[in-house]
Amino acid sequence: MCLAVPGRVLSITEVDGTTMAEVDFGGVRKDVCLQYVPDVATGEYVIVHVGFAIQRLDEASAQQTLATFERLGILQEEFGDGFTRAAEQTGADR
Amino acid sequence: MKYLDEFSDPDLARRLVDQIHAVTSRPWAMMEVCGGQTHSIIRHGIDQLLPEGVEMIHGPGCPVCVTPLETIDKALAIAAQPGVIFCSFGDMLRVPGSGQDLFGIKSAGGDVRVVYSPLDALTIARQHPDRQVVFFGIGFETTAPANAMTVYQARRLGVRNFSLLVSHVLVPPAIAAIMESPRCRVQAFLAAGHVCSVMGTAEYPPLAQRYEVPIVVTGFEPLDILEGIRQAVIQLESGRHEVQNAYPRAVRDDGNPAAMAMLRDVFEVTDRTWRGIGMIPGSGWRLSERYRDFDAELRFDVTGLHTSESSLCRSGEVLQGLLKPNECAAFGRQCTPRNPLGATMVSSEGACAAYYAYRRLDLVQI
Repeated sequence: MCLAVPGRVLSITEVDGTTMAEVDFGGVRKDVCLQYVPDVATGEYVIVHVGFAIQRLDEASAQQTLATFERLGILQEEFGDGFTRAAEQTGADR
Repeated sequence: MKYLDEFSDPDLARRLVDQIHAVTSRPWAMMEVCGGQTHSIIRHGIDQLLPEGVEMIHGPGCPVCVTPLETIDKALAIAAQPGVIFCSFGDMLRVPGSGQDLFGIKSAGGDVRVVYSPLDALTIARQHPDRQVVFFGIGFETTAPANAMTVYQARRLGVRNFSLLVSHVLVPPAIAAIMESPRCRVQAFLAAGHVCSVMGTAEYPPLAQRYEVPIVVTGFEPLDILEGIRQAVIQLESGRHEVQNAYPRAVRDDGNPAAMAMLRDVFEVTDRTWRGIGMIPGSGWRLSERYRDFDAELRFDVTGLHTSESSLCRSGEVLQGLLKPNECAAFGRQCTPRNPLGATMVSSEGACAAYYAYRRLDLVQI
């Protein structure tokens, strides 16, 4: 949970007075709060942790990191279902 | 160098490894603070690519692992109460409390939900005004801004059935505590990159000076870690002890000022007990006075719980870098991902979990 994943801002909206965005993480789309990076525009890349953008990132770095994370299975770990993972863990003994 | 082909850029990885070998003249021990870095190091065999005697010591940077047993037991007690919806990040589900874990509470009929973001928990609270919704607010400086914003929003929107069980921990006091230990062997730190994305680097120069220890801000991708090690070794070899930023694409020296302003509003520094380690002064956050009525510990009666830690689990020594996971007599025997004795065996950032997942199963002889 302490990882942070780069994603591309697809669209920006106001929800209950808060700046929110739809962000694409290599195919997975999530709602993300942009309150901590208020000057980010649509099309830019941000580093997102537990649904909050914490920094901006240049596109080349973001794409490279996303490719690495996909290869390592980190995207699945970050966005997959926690209960499924926990259930697998209970039977994961070798 | 059997692992190098698995790097995203094997040629760059090889060059970094060659440079580390070229500048190293003697043994050094450095600690990677972040559990994500630990997993990267073990998964890619980075520790096995280093010169003889250059040792990676695994640090305490896994918030799931250091959440005190008493707090886990409080979470379990709250989650078991009728009418409560208990929300958590998925990593916490199988962390053992004194008796059971959140997964067990869910299996027994408790309403335990895994959320991606704390804002999801706030949404659940607004959808269920007749229920008490509690979010398990753990994490280092990277996670705390999200939880701070969620409490801020709950207050602003008047959501009264939401509360936070707070167990936030801070990295710089932990670095100081590690350096103060008489058993400390750490000569350099790879600091946790995304902690610094939020907090910047200002807290580190005083630590580097006081303990004469190089601190290199490092990401957790394999090449980032090799670059962090390279910069740390160069400093050690030349007798320097400075703060360097090897992760500039994600870390600005001043961090994220908007996030820090929210943190200062919602939280205040407090002493915090770390599981397996003990109390570290000034190492945590709790809700500040104006947000105190969102504190789940005050809303629910969870005092007087009897906690009981496994007598076999040595995760505290693992978290302090005093013991490698496979040097623990219980590792892979009494303690496995199916039957974990401590959080370090089940957290996705736990050092014991990394050793188990990536087959560092050369068990200690007993």
